[in-house]
Amino acid sequence: MRVFTTNHRALGILYLLLALAAVIAGTLLSLVMRVHRVWPDLALPFFGTIKPEDYLALVTMHGTLMIFFVLTTAPQIGFANLVLPEQIGARSMAFPRLNAAAFWLTALALLVLLAAFFVPQGAPISGWTSYPPLSAVAAAGPGEGAGMDLWLMSIGIFCLASWLGAVNMLVTILSERRAGMTWSRLPMTVWAWLVTSILTLLVFSELLAAIILLFSDRHFGSSFFVPQGDLVNGHIVGHGDGSPLLWLHLFWFFGHPEVYIAVLPGMGLATSLFANFARRRVPGYRLMAAMLLVIGLLGLVVWGHHMFVSGMNPYAGTAFALTTMAIAIPSTVEVLGWLTILWGGRLRLTTPMLFALGFLSFFIAGGLTGPILAQPVLDAYLHNTFFVVAHFHLVMAMAGVFSVFAGVYYWFPLMTRRMMNETLGKLHFWITLIAAYGTFFPMHFSGLAGEPRHYERLAGPITSFSAIAANERGITFSALLLASAQLIFLWNVFASARRGRVAEANPWEATTLEWAPEMARARVERGPYEYEILANETNFHPQWELASKQE
Amino acid sequence: MPVHVILLDAVRVAQSPTWMPSDGALHGPALDHLMRWNLIALCLCFLAAHAWLVAAILRRRKSTQATAPKALPWIILTALCAMYVWMAVIAQRLWAENRFAGPAPEAMQVEVVGEQFQWYFRYPGEDAAFGITRPELVNAAGGNPLGLDARDARGKDDVVSSVLVLPVGREADLRLRSLDVIHGFFIPGMRLKENAVPGLVLHVHFTPSVIGTYPILCSQVCGSGHARMQAMLSVVSPAEFQAWLAARERARIQEGAP
Repeated sequence: MRVFTTNHRALGILYLLLALAAVIAGTLLSLVMRVHRVWPDLALPFFGTIKPEDYLALVTMHGTLMIFFVLTTAPQIGFANLVLPEQIGARSMAFPRLNAAAFWLTALALLVLLAAFFVPQGAPISGWTSYPPLSAVAAAGPGEGAGMDLWLMSIGIFCLASWLGAVNMLVTILSERRAGMTWSRLPMTVWAWLVTSILTLLVFSELLAAIILLFSDRHFGSSFFVPQGDLVNGHIVGHGDGSPLLWLHLFWFFGHPEVYIAVLPGMGLATSLFANFARRRVPGYRLMAAMLLVIGLLGLVVWGHHMFVSGMNPYAGTAFALTTMAIAIPSTVEVLGWLTILWGGRLRLTTPMLFALGFLSFFIAGGLTGPILAQPVLDAYLHNTFFVVAHFHLVMAMAGVFSVFAGVYYWFPLMTRRMMNETLGKLHFWITLIAAYGTFFPMHFSGLAGEPRHYERLAGPITSFSAIAANERGITFSALLLASAQLIFLWNVFASARRGRVAEANPWEATTLEWAPEMARARVERGPYEYEILANETNFHPQWELASKQE
Repeated sequence: MPVHVILLDAVRVAQSPTWMPSDGALHGPALDHLMRWNLIALCLCFLAAHAWLVAAILRRRKSTQATAPKALPWIILTALCAMYVWMAVIAQRLWAENRFAGPAPEAMQVEVVGEQFQWYFRYPGEDAAFGITRPELVNAAGGNPLGLDARDARGKDDVVSSVLVLPVGREADLRLRSLDVIHGFFIPGMRLKENAVPGLVLHVHFTPSVIGTYPILCSQVCGSGHARMQAMLSVVSPAEFQAWLAARERARIQEGAP
């Protein structure tokens, strides 16, 4: 594999490796945080004792790595490069060189971000949301100088890279489909990538603008986000008439669709895997595809639910609460669609299927707290507590990561011509499932007890939160188990890539075109999920089979 | 360990249904009631969906063809949509009660000012008016943490405290400000949270209904001392409050200059 390759499948693997590097770094940071929260005075190897600002730097970098470099890259552009052209019957992506440029910009963004650890005062402490004036004024805290500049540059470069990747995906889907690959014959993954690429184009360009404005406030004397008379660290820094609320609006207009960019590809993949491993057609295919689109579009008008207690007008809070509650409806349709596929299917519990089921479990568990947080009056208690941390780690992080695991186990033969080990895969699944629930489910209770996010230790000058200390210890133990279980996965990936069982053609008996033999270049005449269950056996018609051959 | 933790948590939740600290505000019981029903309803949905999943897995070998009842998903969808509408309506009514209407005219005025990493509470004094503050006059070491302007007579009797003392049963109208970065003003025991945003003056109002002390936390990351930015709300009897305020007023007048 050439390093500067323009081959989409090689780029897909590079994206997945980049996400793997980011997820390893992000996980290690989170373990340091978990250990520090439970044993705040423990000196850790390599870190020493964690100072309060170190903890906040860990939070910021953990969030940034996971959201941008793992959940935005792997399920979307990573998997899309791996299989999207084949799935629609194209030979390659529409713009191969743009595609390669996007990957290398993403890699550069990751390096710039990690460099923030090594500049004076270290990484920024203002969280992945970087609310000004904390993020706008270097004197506001350690890491808000050079570290924050690097953070802004990194995310700026990442915006450009995502933009290029999305243009490429969108044009490929719109113009490179093989003859006969109509909209209703697209695998659900392609529908999901269509929606996420539109969202990426809209919101990452807007985030780039916001980042440039913030950079300008920091260095060019503008005042978009810093109000008149703002007094930081004994110096008046506010000379214009900016508003921190403007940043919140700009950031969350990006930030909420970003969540759907992370989870929609998983929803598409889960639909394909449920159909495949239940050997059933997708009932209500058009409805489920339309609901992906509806979720994406509604996702653009709900950003205010992150701002119920930010000082936004309470009437606007009501409006955003209603749009947010509306998203529960298409999401419920998707879940019921999946449950219908599974009911009455001839389920094959392979490792990719197990991870897809795990995705569904987390999507339900995390999704159900959505309607609670969508109610401003309840959010006025739960906002920025661990309840929110539990919510998004279940519905975005765990659902997203489980969909990535499902995809890796499923498409591994396309990457290496070998199968991953099923026994290790199942072991990995069960430990990960239980430890993930053990880590994130009890966070609901810490949140209900009022424990805010971003607290480096439970005991403050006024509060002790001693009632949740045992809960917090359990979370930390579970997180350590969760992270350790991933060693099984790493071992499985690298061992199977070298010595795994050689995969036969179409090992999962799938119908979509990425599994087609090299020779098959016919017109597409079939839908994406033509599985059927007969009296004693199952049958299927792949998309590369001609309709005339029907028995 | 994880399973054990989940079970332990489940038992605790059964004992104290919401894990929230005891409520001390007038609007709290309605909110707690809503929270409890939401948690129960959504927990049941979670269990039902997983029961369906497990059942689908268990009967996987028996199925000869697709036999899912066609109408059932639509019935469930309709029921769930009705539940979402119910949640939205109930919650909006409470939100409107708490936030749409302003405080009663006789509500007690207190200004809350956040700065890295400290909360200050200012009472307007007998003239019921806050004196002008200027950021360039802020001098915490010199006894003027909020930058009160001595030229403004209205500020002569303003009392600045690091403890929020409120009389029980009287509505409090807080005016939230921040000197530097965004802070989050959070009193779990009063079921109250609103950000303090530099450049904005935001009002929230509530009525403490139970005498006691309640922690005040910062809920928006504001810098390295974020986790230590805490204060105390002390809800006392009206007589005790009058005595406390009068003592502070006397001290303030004797002290003279701000």
